[in-house]
Amino acid sequence: MLRSRHTLPLAIIAIVIGGACAATALLFDWIPPVASEQSDRVDDLLWFVIWASIGIFTLVATVLIYSVFRFRAEPGDESDGPPTHGNTKLEIVWTIIPALLLASVAVWAYIVLSDNEALASDREVVNVTAQQFAWEYQYPDGSVGTGDLHLPVGRQVELKMRSRDVIHSFYVAEFHLKQDVVPGITTRLIINPTKTGTYQVICAELCGVGHGVMRSRVIVQSQEDYDAWLAQAQQKVQALSQQGANQPSDATPAPGTPGGDEAVEGAAGQDQGSGGTSTDGGETEGGE
Amino acid sequence: MATHAPTHGHPSSHEIHFDTRPLSYWWKRCVSWSVGSVFFAVALVWVLRNLFGNTPTWDAEVYTTAMAGLGTIGFLIGIGCFDWWWNWMLGRRVDYHDHSMHGARTWRDYFKVNTDHKVIATQYLVVVFSFFVIGGIFAELVRAELATPDETIGDAQTYNGLFSVHATLMIFLFIIPAFAGLANYVLPIMIGAKDMAFPRLNALSLWMLIPGGLMMAVSPIFGAFNAGWTAYTPLAVQGGTGATLFQVGVQVVGASSIATAINFLVTIFTMRAPGMTVWRMPLLVWANATTSALVVFGTPFIAGSQFMTLFDRVMGTNFFNPSAGGDVVMYQHVFWFYSHPAVYIMIIPGFGIISEVIATFSRKPIFGYRAIAFSTVAIAVLGFGVWAHHMFVSGMAAWLRVPMMITTIIIAIPTGVKVFSWLGTVWNGKLHLKTPMLFALGFISTFVIGGLSGVMLGTIPVDIQVTDTYFVVAHIHYVFVGGSLFTIFAGVYYWFPKMTGRMYNERLGVWSFWFMFVGFNLTFMPMHWLGLQGMPRRVAAYDERFETLNVFISVASLLMTVAVLIFFYNMITSWHHGPKAPWNPWRGRTLEWLVSSPPSLFNFEATPQVVGGPYQYGVPGARHAVVFAPEEIGGELTETERRTILVIANETVASSTLVDELRHRATEGFWRFTIAVPTEGRDRDAAERRLQVTLSALAESGIDASGLVVDGDVFTAAETVRQDEEVHEIVLATYPTGRSRWMAEDVVDRLRKATGIGITRVVVLPEDARRPLDQAGVRRVAVIARDALGAEGLVAALRERADREPIGVVLLHPMDLDGPGWTDEAEEQRTAAFDRVRATIDAIQEVGVQARGEVLDGDAAAAAKVAVTAHRAEHIVVVAARGGALDSDESLAAVRAAAGAVPVDSVVVDTEAPASPSGQAG
Repeated sequence: MLRSRHTLPLAIIAIVIGGACAATALLFDWIPPVASEQSDRVDDLLWFVIWASIGIFTLVATVLIYSVFRFRAEPGDESDGPPTHGNTKLEIVWTIIPALLLASVAVWAYIVLSDNEALASDREVVNVTAQQFAWEYQYPDGSVGTGDLHLPVGRQVELKMRSRDVIHSFYVAEFHLKQDVVPGITTRLIINPTKTGTYQVICAELCGVGHGVMRSRVIVQSQEDYDAWLAQAQQKVQALSQQGANQPSDATPAPGTPGGDEAVEGAAGQDQGSGGTSTDGGETEGGE
Repeated sequence: MATHAPTHGHPSSHEIHFDTRPLSYWWKRCVSWSVGSVFFAVALVWVLRNLFGNTPTWDAEVYTTAMAGLGTIGFLIGIGCFDWWWNWMLGRRVDYHDHSMHGARTWRDYFKVNTDHKVIATQYLVVVFSFFVIGGIFAELVRAELATPDETIGDAQTYNGLFSVHATLMIFLFIIPAFAGLANYVLPIMIGAKDMAFPRLNALSLWMLIPGGLMMAVSPIFGAFNAGWTAYTPLAVQGGTGATLFQVGVQVVGASSIATAINFLVTIFTMRAPGMTVWRMPLLVWANATTSALVVFGTPFIAGSQFMTLFDRVMGTNFFNPSAGGDVVMYQHVFWFYSHPAVYIMIIPGFGIISEVIATFSRKPIFGYRAIAFSTVAIAVLGFGVWAHHMFVSGMAAWLRVPMMITTIIIAIPTGVKVFSWLGTVWNGKLHLKTPMLFALGFISTFVIGGLSGVMLGTIPVDIQVTDTYFVVAHIHYVFVGGSLFTIFAGVYYWFPKMTGRMYNERLGVWSFWFMFVGFNLTFMPMHWLGLQGMPRRVAAYDERFETLNVFISVASLLMTVAVLIFFYNMITSWHHGPKAPWNPWRGRTLEWLVSSPPSLFNFEATPQVVGGPYQYGVPGARHAVVFAPEEIGGELTETERRTILVIANETVASSTLVDELRHRATEGFWRFTIAVPTEGRDRDAAERRLQVTLSALAESGIDASGLVVDGDVFTAAETVRQDEEVHEIVLATYPTGRSRWMAEDVVDRLRKATGIGITRVVVLPEDARRPLDQAGVRRVAVIARDALGAEGLVAALRERADREPIGVVLLHPMDLDGPGWTDEAEEQRTAAFDRVRATIDAIQEVGVQARGEVLDGDAAAAAKVAVTAHRAEHIVVVAARGGALDSDESLAAVRAAAGAVPVDSVVVDTEAPASPSGQAG
């Protein structure tokens, strides 16, 4: 059937539709700038799925559009089409081919996932605490607490994330990575930044009235800049603590003793009618 | 097998007393019960809290919960949902055939409780489209808010309420119940039932939607619930009174959904018309059966998740409070265990609608009917194994991600099978691009996009990147709008003539489609880009670089509003003064098109007969069902035309296998049988005798059958019959492959090619073909013979008797041994007797008389006793050789005495050369 008079028009329509889809895929800038090793791997996978999708969509749309023009009944034509009830061979083919495509997607995805989450021994560990509506980053070696996340380029970093109140989600579009921050448990995120620059940290999980402004920055620096910044920050902290301010020590609980104060604050949210506006101060901090 | 639809007395024989109480009575009662219940709730909680010393006495959430819960019950009591059950419970006399609330005579009947599934369906659709309008207004408010990157029409809190209520109303009060409403109308008719299985429960399901929906719709006034429709804890626990209303509302609407699902399941399983086997069910019925199973299994989980959240909020439990040992992620597991199957609850009935529409407007049988039916079930089963793909970044057990990705991706396969099958249906058809068909084709193209972005989201690394961004927003709208909403529109347009008895305006319908299709794609396609670029969902203020596109989207969404306005204008004006609709404007084949538009009070005047598949377009003379006309009930049926099945068999024609098969087929549909026996150059009279046996047995069972013997082969036989009548199907009876000459000659395939008609092969064992047919209509004749065995005269006598009436023969050889029965000599005699009996039986069978035989010790009288008792002989023939042992009056008298009431004949034959046995073929 397909070898006959249908072949040429089908091919033409397929080229037009496939071409339009491919042009849309290529001409627009679909993928945000890439700034981590993870994002490179995700991109390759995503493009594979996109091209496979374009193929399938082109197939469906081609048959649909051709049928609409070619098989439209003449006005007044009350007759029926041929009583084709099925075609076992065809049905097997269109079960197997998508199955193979999808199997390759699954295998690829599995490989990307394990590569993306493979731990390096020299990774930097940063503790992240989320609360309505601010991010807070603590560097364990120097007891430094900050509202912006500083990362050295070319070195793996592991974020250990906890929430003080509701679920948040740490999302940096340029890293192509996202991880929910859940009260009661510590979640982890592995990032290998590859490009220096300043990117936005977005809260991606609806967390209340300030969700839309719960932003902070991630600053990816060269190792030297990073070290310099860290040293400077440590000095600042020491200066502050000499003044008797104890804020930084509060904000940096010793690793390995989770729960504690977060749990107490989390419980406060349970009280009826107490609303979700108790931590408004965080908003300005996050905005910086 | 289908069971008979039921129980209703027939309207003409059963006087219906309509309820005469005016509308005002019901609504006054409803309002007073509702208000009374709400006050009662307040008083009850106040008393209890004081009694038990709960502080504070005035806790808004506790009061709201009680008011909403009891208010709902009060509303349902007041409107009258429980009246009948209440009377039954109190032991008052209730009429099980109480139809006083059944059917609508005026518009007023649509505003009170009704038990007619058609009225309920109309009420459903009006209610859900009202909520659709409210949800749509919320959607446009969302787009207004997003028209600028800052807060536009309200603060973030307002915005959170807007999209939460939008999603909730569209999902729980539009898509899910809209499918329930459409199916409520057409499904009982499609399976040939007079109503749903539980009409009063059906009414209750509908009326529960109203208080449940109102709670959700008004929740913004009371401090909107603002955790999104997913209502993740702990955020949902923080929410205001609106959140309580949402949680109670979900319970009410969920209960409605479960009740409807049970109703559908029972209806489909027990009330299908005779002949409506599962493989003759329209795909909409398949879809709703599957969906209902999903609802029954799944909905209790969302009920559980919301109960636990509600308990955390009002009762101080700690299900999801991490500081007290609760588990935040558990909420998501329980929630999605329902809410992912819910996605299929919201699309599978749409698949059903699309299958109906595409087959009808392509004028072709659905391509791969069974593949579509099985893939529906496969999606439903797999659908319970994928919930955690919503939780790839949630912090759940990491190992769970890959298995969930695999199951998720597997679901794409049956979904793909469906899409390809629809394309196969469209291909080479005769497409009529009416509005429902446009929506169906539009659905295919948009749903494919939604499915493909679903595969992307199912791929874990990609999901980690784009989840919780506008990519997900684009995906769900491609599935829910491009998927569910398009199918709902297709269904409403498709069945509008059936429901209202009037045609909609086709031109306006086409306009509404194009506005919808273009507006939809312009609105949601750019959201893929926004999501990939990193615009998170559920934010009122966003990055300025996304402004242009968001303005574009907000404007494009207005096109969809225009489409909806055209749709409503079309529906309302056409309902009032559209042209009258014929019974079957689309020339559909399923049962709802074989009844009037709108259908009569109980749909069918008599239970219809289903005789074939639902989509037999293009099959000459094929039909799905036979519906009887009202004026003919009790008398001659107007529909006398039966469809012919041609049965071809030669030596196997009188086998019990074949006769039983035909009897079974006769119960399935409105069939008549023409049995053709090709002689293939052999004894014509023998063929005739076998045929008479079969015809007599069938006639005895009340089956319409005729037969003829054709000189020639199978093909000649088929041709001969087809010259006289239209043949719908061929049944070919043969011996097992290996024994059968026909099979060796590949007759089945050749005959199929020669006739172009479907062939069913019935395999008959040779023993079965020759054994006497032990059924009513065939006379059981016992033949007692000794030395006459092998004589030509014996066979001739039986032949002559078989020409008079159909007989089955048992040949008895009494061995009146002289000496003891265990000697070698006696054994030799017995063996010789066996051989002679076998040879004689072969000779008898050769002339077309079925026979078996037995050698027994004793005299002729003993044989007669055996004939009467063991073989239940209706006639005994003693065949004696002239001058032989049985040729004596005493012997005959002894036989007569032993036979009792059974008549005994005597035949005396001359012994000559034994009839030669011959081979069998078939």
